Amino acid sequence: MTEQFPILIIIAPLFGAILIALLGFRHQSLCLPTVLGSLAISCAAAVGTFLKVLEQGTVLYNLSGWERVTTPRGLFSVSIEYRVDAISGLVLVAIAAVGLLNAIYSKVHVVTETPNKVPHYYILYLLLVAGLAGMTITNDAFNLYVLIEISSLSSYALIAIGSRRAVLASFNYLIMGTIGASFYLLGVGYLYIKTGTLNMTDIHAALVTLPKDSPSIQVALILILIGLWIKMAFFPLHGWLPNAYAYSPTATSTLMGPLVTKVMIYVMIRMMLSLFGAEYVFDHLQWTNIIVGLSVIAIVAGSLFALSRSDLRKMLTYLIVAEVGYMVGGAWLANSIGMTGAIYHILSDAMMTFTLFMVVGIIITRTGKTELTAFQGLFRKMPITMTGFTIAALSMIGLPPTCGFFSKYYLVRGGIEAGQWAYVGALLFSSLINAVIFFRLIEMAYFHGGKAYGEEITDKDHEHHHSRGRDLDAQPDETLEQVPWSMLAPMLMAAASLLAIGIFNRPIAGWINAALETLNLAQGG
Amino acid sequence: MEIIASQLPLFACLASLLAVIPILLFRKTPNLREAATIGAGALKLAIVLTMLPGILGGKVYEFTFFEAVKGIPLAFRVDGIGMLFALVASSLWILTSFYAIGYMRGAKEAGQTRFFCFFAISLSATLGVAFAANLFTLYVFYEMLSLATYPLVTHHQDKEARSGGRTYLTYLLSTSIGFALPAMLFCYFKSGESLTFTETSNWAAALSGPTVLVLLLLFVFGFAKAGVMPFHSWLPNAMVAPTPVSALLHAVAVVKVGVFSIIRVFTGVFGTDFLQTLDVSQVISWIAAITVVTSSLIAMTQDNLKRLLAFSTIGQLSYIVLGVSLLTPHAVQGSMLHIPMHAFGKITLFFCAGAIYVASGKKYISQLSGLGRAMPWTMGAFAIGAMSVIGLPLTGGLLSKIYMIWGAADAQQLAFLAVYLVSSVLNGVYFFPIIYRAFFKAPADGVIHDKAQEAPLACVVPLVITASVSVILFFFPNVFFELTSLMIPAK
Repeated sequence: MTEQFPILIIIAPLFGAILIALLGFRHQSLCLPTVLGSLAISCAAAVGTFLKVLEQGTVLYNLSGWERVTTPRGLFSVSIEYRVDAISGLVLVAIAAVGLLNAIYSKVHVVTETPNKVPHYYILYLLLVAGLAGMTITNDAFNLYVLIEISSLSSYALIAIGSRRAVLASFNYLIMGTIGASFYLLGVGYLYIKTGTLNMTDIHAALVTLPKDSPSIQVALILILIGLWIKMAFFPLHGWLPNAYAYSPTATSTLMGPLVTKVMIYVMIRMMLSLFGAEYVFDHLQWTNIIVGLSVIAIVAGSLFALSRSDLRKMLTYLIVAEVGYMVGGAWLANSIGMTGAIYHILSDAMMTFTLFMVVGIIITRTGKTELTAFQGLFRKMPITMTGFTIAALSMIGLPPTCGFFSKYYLVRGGIEAGQWAYVGALLFSSLINAVIFFRLIEMAYFHGGKAYGEEITDKDHEHHHSRGRDLDAQPDETLEQVPWSMLAPMLMAAASLLAIGIFNRPIAGWINAALETLNLAQGG
Repeated sequence: MEIIASQLPLFACLASLLAVIPILLFRKTPNLREAATIGAGALKLAIVLTMLPGILGGKVYEFTFFEAVKGIPLAFRVDGIGMLFALVASSLWILTSFYAIGYMRGAKEAGQTRFFCFFAISLSATLGVAFAANLFTLYVFYEMLSLATYPLVTHHQDKEARSGGRTYLTYLLSTSIGFALPAMLFCYFKSGESLTFTETSNWAAALSGPTVLVLLLLFVFGFAKAGVMPFHSWLPNAMVAPTPVSALLHAVAVVKVGVFSIIRVFTGVFGTDFLQTLDVSQVISWIAAITVVTSSLIAMTQDNLKRLLAFSTIGQLSYIVLGVSLLTPHAVQGSMLHIPMHAFGKITLFFCAGAIYVASGKKYISQLSGLGRAMPWTMGAFAIGAMSVIGLPLTGGLLSKIYMIWGAADAQQLAFLAVYLVSSVLNGVYFFPIIYRAFFKAPADGVIHDKAQEAPLACVVPLVITASVSVILFFFPNVFFELTSLMIPAK
């Protein structure tokens, strides 16, 4: 049984989608249980696979049981191969967990926001999760393309299913996304011509034997990188992201916001380390300065854009753009600490973004406002939601013991080790901007709402003060949040995970480091 | 030195943190809610006291949570100075809780549940700093304290509170992240990935004088809770908080966390012996000396009583920084002693300011004429507190000041000796007019109070107790002397 875990992660949501397509239209009440059931299986399988990886190292799985065969050119894989190491294991657990928690969280949203399309929605939802998990697990460059398309196509629809503005945003994303995928496919084409295989391990083995300064391999890498950068919204290729996430239904943004960009970053790291190889990418090409420079621009620009937005979800989307810069930069620092930081940040950023999108979703639903001012007076009205928000905000700013602190710690250490001072400076700058952004919201939420700045009570008449105080003390109950626990519980679990990932950063970084060692990138820790 | 692995430090720290749960549960029944606070305070003090005999016997309590990053565990280690600070903070928390009950109810403040919750969290953070075994743990709890006190400072939630709160967080967070954190990282790498406080550090010996100076400056300014100029102005602004907050946090816990951190840096990170060989800490001494004199001069111009007390606190904190930067054993011991001595004196003064406000609504010194008759207990305690802060005989403040002056003489720094003396005079200059006005001047409205009109008993009793303790400490300071002398390496 346990040896089938890797495929279960993908198959469970895939079959769940088919099941809903068959039955869900007639029995709508079956949709949610199917989603939850299949994602729970997927989540359990991901955890099982991860534990197995910890126990016995990298797990390889041949689809349909086709073994590798010996050919005149060496050992080749006939079938699609799945490969799970500690890094992809962590990402898989994150994908399945976010998918499952978000399905619980969005129970109400799906019914209210897409009333006539519940089965449609859930089919696409499961396909998206399956696509993302598949991208993480597959060891086949072309299969990866197929899975990119599966997840992209379902995400176009998941966005467009929302408001009218979402349709245009989704169309924009479709154009950009298709271009990105085509670039990727073109890059894979070059590699296929050069190596005659699509299995990543085999491509790598073949590339090592080829002359290093072959222009076609370089072109392949550039094409693949650009394709992935478009998909991960690496500034300045981020144009599709803000509108797509801001106008999509809540459940879509809470699923895509944390996962899509992060999985793309994982794919990029995978391409760098296991397909092209650290030696080629870092030692031979020496692109560190250029790409880290680009990431500095991404971080600074993303942070400033986020600071200037007054729409909550737009602000979060630009924060994602900045965080993508963190991770691309960290991955390209060409040392193991920076890479550890980038991978650790995939996890922590996924959970941070997830928490924040859920909080914002709750707030927008409850207050009906999408502006920053929706936060006014919320500590009193929604203390539980705001607790989750505060933890996520502290993590975004990077205060210990949240995971945000530790990912910045690893990234900054990597930056110092690589001598990339601009990158270190950009990280600190972005922390500062995050502090301003989130403190502004916390302040707004803490002080009494309903009044603009100028209208604040200025007289120090204490009678006035106290009568107001009594009023507020007298009515805590009707203002306490009336948000269903199906929303609060996943949000609180995600917020708690921020602390847990932070506290257990040593073992997590240890696993990542051990996996990096097998990929020829390890020194120190 | 005998090390005892024990969970007592953890329990002492958790006692107030877990009190948040009953406080929240009993939010509808204020009496039960306050009972939870008092109970947690008593428990906390009891746990701290059970560790006291062991510490006095030269033992050290240790507790490790987990390794946060390579080489740095999040860990507690209770030694003499940590014990001293914990003792002061946890005993004064109980008194302040009683006082806060009287004050908050007397002034009919809103949001009392939140108030007591964050007060309890702040105390946990304070003990975390006191017990921190290394710089990283200290830093974590230092930041936690900044954040946990923010809702207390901005308790009134009006415009003034908003701007005061902004100044508060901006100053404290930007300095700690901007200065203290980089300095800490530098030490971490230089020391071969360890930040544990030790009496003698081998790694620092490799550093050059200018490097050490820069690090010292980063730490002294980075721990801005110590209020060393020019990063002091958060403290007067934080006076928008309700008085119990100003009393416990801005006379004892928060500001003392700042100087405590600086003492740790001097004694635990670099070591006084090593610093003595370098001759760079004089720069810190000068900055502290300037702060002492300047803040006393500013205090003289203040009419708002709490602001005056705030500037007085800034000066007294720099006494401590000055003392530790003189590096001689007496000066260092004196500055450590000044933590409890000043704490009891200054908290009395803040309690008095609050009691005056609750009883009469008066905030300004010019309004206090003749108040001595109406509030004899309060103003009497005020006089004692002021004497202790000035450092006059029969109060504990004298002892620590004598030690610091002695230390300055040891270091043959006559200039700093003069600073101590002159600033004592200045302290007298701004405190005595208040006492004189209260007892001997006729009230402005001409009405002579012949009946006492004191604040509620819950306000008056704590301030009488703290004033009495200030006097008692003059006669029985032994515990504090023993605790601090544990920290002075035997020659």
